[in-house]
This record gives sequence, C-alpha cells and structure tokens, in this order.
Amino acid sequence: MKHRWAMAIDLDRCTGCGACVVACSAENNIPVVGEEEAAKGRLMHWIRVNRYWEEDSPSARAVYLPVPCMHCERAPCEIVCPVYATYHNEDGLNAMVYNRCIGTRYCANNCPYSVRVFNWYDYKWEKPLDEQLSPDLSVRSRGVMEKCSFCVQRIRRVKDKAAEEGRKIRDGEVQPACVQTCPPGALVFGDLEDPDSEISRMFRDPRRFRLFEHLGTEPHVVYLKRRKGAGV
Amino acid sequence: MSGEHLLARTDEAQLFRDLSRSNQVTTWRWFAGMGILALVLLWGIGVFVYMMTTGMGVTGLNRPVFWGVLIVNFVFWIGLSHSGTLISAILRLTHATWRAPILRAAEAMTAFSLLVGALFPLIHLGRNWRFYYTIPYPNERGLWPNMRSPLMWDAVAINTYLLGSLTFLYVGMIPDLALLRDNSTGWRRKLYSILSLGFRGTHAEWRRYHVASTFFAILIIPVAVSVHSIVSWDFAMAKVPGWHSTIFAPYFVVGAIFSGIAGVILVMAVLRRVFRLEKALTPLHFDNLGKLLCTMSLLWGYFYFTEFLTVWYNRNPEEWEVFRSYGKSFLPVFLLMITCNFIVPFPLLCLRRVRRSVPAIFGVSLLVIVGMYSERVLIVVASLARRNDPFIWHNYFPTWVELSITAASFAMFTMLYMVFSKIFPIMAISEIKERLFHTTERAIGNATAEAIARVEEHGEGEVK
Repeated sequence: MKHRWAMAIDLDRCTGCGACVVACSAENNIPVVGEEEAAKGRLMHWIRVNRYWEEDSPSARAVYLPVPCMHCERAPCEIVCPVYATYHNEDGLNAMVYNRCIGTRYCANNCPYSVRVFNWYDYKWEKPLDEQLSPDLSVRSRGVMEKCSFCVQRIRRVKDKAAEEGRKIRDGEVQPACVQTCPPGALVFGDLEDPDSEISRMFRDPRRFRLFEHLGTEPHVVYLKRRKGAGV
Repeated sequence: MSGEHLLARTDEAQLFRDLSRSNQVTTWRWFAGMGILALVLLWGIGVFVYMMTTGMGVTGLNRPVFWGVLIVNFVFWIGLSHSGTLISAILRLTHATWRAPILRAAEAMTAFSLLVGALFPLIHLGRNWRFYYTIPYPNERGLWPNMRSPLMWDAVAINTYLLGSLTFLYVGMIPDLALLRDNSTGWRRKLYSILSLGFRGTHAEWRRYHVASTFFAILIIPVAVSVHSIVSWDFAMAKVPGWHSTIFAPYFVVGAIFSGIAGVILVMAVLRRVFRLEKALTPLHFDNLGKLLCTMSLLWGYFYFTEFLTVWYNRNPEEWEVFRSYGKSFLPVFLLMITCNFIVPFPLLCLRRVRRSVPAIFGVSLLVIVGMYSERVLIVVASLARRNDPFIWHNYFPTWVELSITAASFAMFTMLYMVFSKIFPIMAISEIKERLFHTTERAIGNATAEAIARVEEHGEGEVK
C-alpha cells in the first residue's frame, strides 16, 4: 500500500496560539530547554510558529506561520549526510535514524527552513516529568540531530491497525499531534495517494503556496494563503 | 680568478654545520618552549574531552549557526597547508634557482597544518566516538557512507593530499637523510640509516631521485588545487545564501595559497632567527615570496570584488541580507578582513624595501593570516546567521571552549614543527649544495672549472 503523506496549513485559520508546539513536545519527547538556552537559539521544538510584523510600526498586525519539517520530495538534508542518517522512506517521508547520526550538522545547514534541531546536551526530565515520556519513540542522546517526523509512530499504529482489520486507512485516521490539537483546525494531514481525501482537495486550492518554492525542494507541506480585506 | 669563489672541502663542512644546526644542539629554550606548548595542548585536549562528555552546548553554536569556529579552523589549517607543497612543486618544475632553502620548510608546513586541520571535522562532530561511521568498512548490515555528501569528498581529498604531501616531503628528504647518516652517531645514525633507504649518491640514484621528484611535483599540483576546491564545495554545494556560489572553488584556492604563502614567510622568518640561517635564507627569498604574496593579495581582492559586485547589483534579497550583515553585526570582522588582506598588505608589498626587510614582511604576513582567518569567519558564520528565514536569525560568538581548542591547534602545529626541526634536516642541504656547485668555480688540480650557472644579482650565494 503506497502512501504520500502531506500537510496543509490554512493561514486564514491559524491564530498563532502555539498549541501545536505544545502538543508536539508532549507527543515526541521533546526536551524543555529553559529560558536561558532558548535565548541562545537552542529551542528543540519540531514545529515553530514564526511571527512576522506586517509593517514596522507599533500598530502593525502580526502574521503567523507554523513551520514543521516540510518533508521535501527533493530533500536537501538527505544528500549531504555522510552516513545516511537521514533518508527518504517508502511513504515519501524524510526520516531520521538517530543511532546512525554522528552529528556533523550538515543537514541542518542545508535545510532552508531551518527546522532541524540538534541535541546540544543530554537533556533531563526531572521526576515526575519522566513518567510522561512516550514509550513509542526514543529519547535522543546528545550529539544527534532530530526533527519533525509527521508523528511516524502514529502513522505506524494506524497502518498496523488497518492491516489487522484488512482494510484501507480511512481519510483523517492518521493525525499527527499538532493536527489533532490545532483549535481552529488550521492544520490538515492526509494521504495524497487518495484523490478524495481532504488533503488532496486542499492541495487543489488556488490559495495554495509552498515555502521557498523557488528553491525546488518540493515540500510536502503546503500553505493556504491568507485572504486580505474587510472583516478578515 | 679570485680564491674566495672556490668551494673548498672545509667550506663544505662549515656549510653543512650551519644548515643542520637545528639537529645538532638542543637548547634549554627548546625544552622550555615545548613545555609551554605541551601545557596549552594538554589544556585543549582536556577541554575537548569536556566538550565531548557534556555536549556541544558548551560551544557558542546555536540554530541556525550550526558550524562555527571549529569549522573556521578546519578551513584555515587546510588553507595554510596549500602553499607549502604547491610552492615547492611549482618552484621545482619551473627550475626557480632560488628555491632550495625554502623547499623543506614549506613542505613540512603543509604536512603539519594538514595533520592539524584534518582533526577539526572530527572534533566538531556531535558524536565524535562514532566517527568511524564515515569509513567504508564491511559490516553485516551493509551500511555504507554516503558518497554524495561533500563531507565524504572532503575526507577522500584530504587523505589523498596528506599521503601525497608526506610522500613528497619524505622523498625530497632522502639525499639529506643520507648526508645526516654519514655525519651522525648513535640513535640518530640508526634512524637515518633506515630512513635514507641506503641512498649513497651514485649517479643512477640521483637520476632516479630527480625523475621521482619531478613526477611528484607534477602530480601533487592538481591534488592541491582539488583539495581546496572540495573544501569550498562543503559550502558551495549547500542551499545557503552566501555559500551557494560558483566562484567559491577558485576563490578558496586563491585564498588558500594567499594565506599559505604568508604562513611560509612566517615560518621561514622564525627558522632564520632561531637556527641562525641568515646565510641560507637571504632577503632575496623574502623578496621573491613577497612578490608572490603581493600577487595573491591582488587576486584575492579581485575575487572578492567580483563576488560582492554580482550580489550587490542583483540584490537577490536572500544573498543581499548576508552582505548587509557585514555592515552591521559583522562589521568588525569585515573591516579586519579588508584591512589585513588588501588595504595594508597590497601597497606595502609593492615596496621593495618592505619585501626585503624580514621584520616588515613578517608583520605583513601576520596581518594576512589574521585577515584570512576573518574571511573564513565571515563566510562560515555570517552566511548561516542570516539564513533564508529571518525569524530564526541568530548571531554567534565562540565560548572559551572553542578558543581553547583553537589555541591548542596552534600549539600542536608549533610542537610538530619543533620536533621535526630537531630530528630532520630543516634545510634542503643537498639542493643548496647542488646550487652552490653550479654557481661556483672549482679547482681541479691546477685548472679552474668555470661555474655553469650565474648567481642571482641580489643576495644569493652569500655563503663563501
């Protein structure tokens, strides 16, 4: 069964609340680094909400842009890794093998979206926080890269369940943590191989654009442009 | 013919003593210097172990500046290695008559700066203890390194260059090692006997030696050019504004030769002073190398100008932001680079007086080293600090960890050089003698044989 997982982010709906960041951190064992490290530019978040000001004035409106890993079809991070620690899997996902990573950080340099994060230390979960760690994926050690996996553990679980029940995966059955959480429903996830899925419909939306499209990375995350005008 | 031009046997012995002085006496100064450097090196190793066991967080790195001073050091040392072998090979091939006293010092510099530089890609790894994943060894999982990665090209190129340079250095040394073997006792004699491979100076041996060194000189030049091209491709292949530039390969090669010549001048000036080689390393050599340095300064300026001009005119916002940061956060580094690489060295090196004064050209070379280091900081750090997405822009400043490791690398290079100068002939004695032989008249019985070559007008052949 072939899949082509993709995500759409409707900027009309996004309020910049940051719930996706929290959900992702809880789901994927992402360490909380603290204020000091965050100021040094060492947040470990797999999805971030960029905030831009529309103009340079105090009354300017903010524009929010959630940025997860784009899971590029022609991923620049993959070719530069000297040890194949990051590769393209059969579902078109851009996957990481933590055990293989030696930490050259070249992939992070070559990612135009800067969505890859590096384990600067061995991060600790103080008791009782360690109890909330998800057993579905590893806690990464110092010196390896990591990034958004489209919650590959959730994809696996649904695949297994569907195979057990001898059926296809239903549209909307796989939901990464950020998509599941998003209060205004700005994030949509699905399989592009299914032409009737919601994601396929959104990929046909005329508002569709991709981030840094001119770089030719062919991301699997698309954005729906914000409509401007009265009442928006 | 005046008698002082005749090369008598006693003079030859004196010449040998002068040129191999570094091998003969070991002063307390040498031990004291080694002691201090060893402390710096040990401190650096300690800091490295601390970094390895704690995590790369102890450096100043962040997102998006994932590469910092450690990678700058890598480019710097590999760049410095570029002149030694290259100068030596080019001078050999063009039969530059003044080359002899420079060869060994330059070739040794190449070998040692490569040894130091090659450590940095390993030092900067997040998991250094897994470095062997990059080696294509057979394993039951069938895992293989990714040869599409420029880092792998780098590993191959640098290994090739290192092996080539070491061989080049060694082969060029064989006649001198034989000379030392014949003039030494004890463990030195044993060592030189083994290393000189039974060289006795027969006609056939000399002929083979000349053929071999010509071949090496020809083969090493493309390797040298390729190595720094590939180092530049670590950057130029990436999707990073400010890195992704077709001009990078030749630009890096020029920069490498530029800093390399400055390095050779620095090393020569120090050797001349420490081992009292004033007779062998004359102002002529500094003058000639100064001319080369002047040319490279111009070339570097030209490359920088063309690179800057295209971006400035085009105003592609992604690239322009990188250059704009040179005028803001990175202004001190930018000014240091322009001043030390072009504004000061170029006019000064046009003056014969500066080129012929050893302290002056020493100072200029030091400036060039500083300037080229700044250039690499700008390339590596500024481009990353102004990535495509303005939201994540972040500046970078190294911590004491990176600075300690940098200091240790300088200590290591100097130590390697000091040990080398104690054990191996730091001057190409046989080449110098050969040159002297060609340029002096000699007495054969009552007859006088004419010299077959002329001495250079200024400075050469002061050994009488």
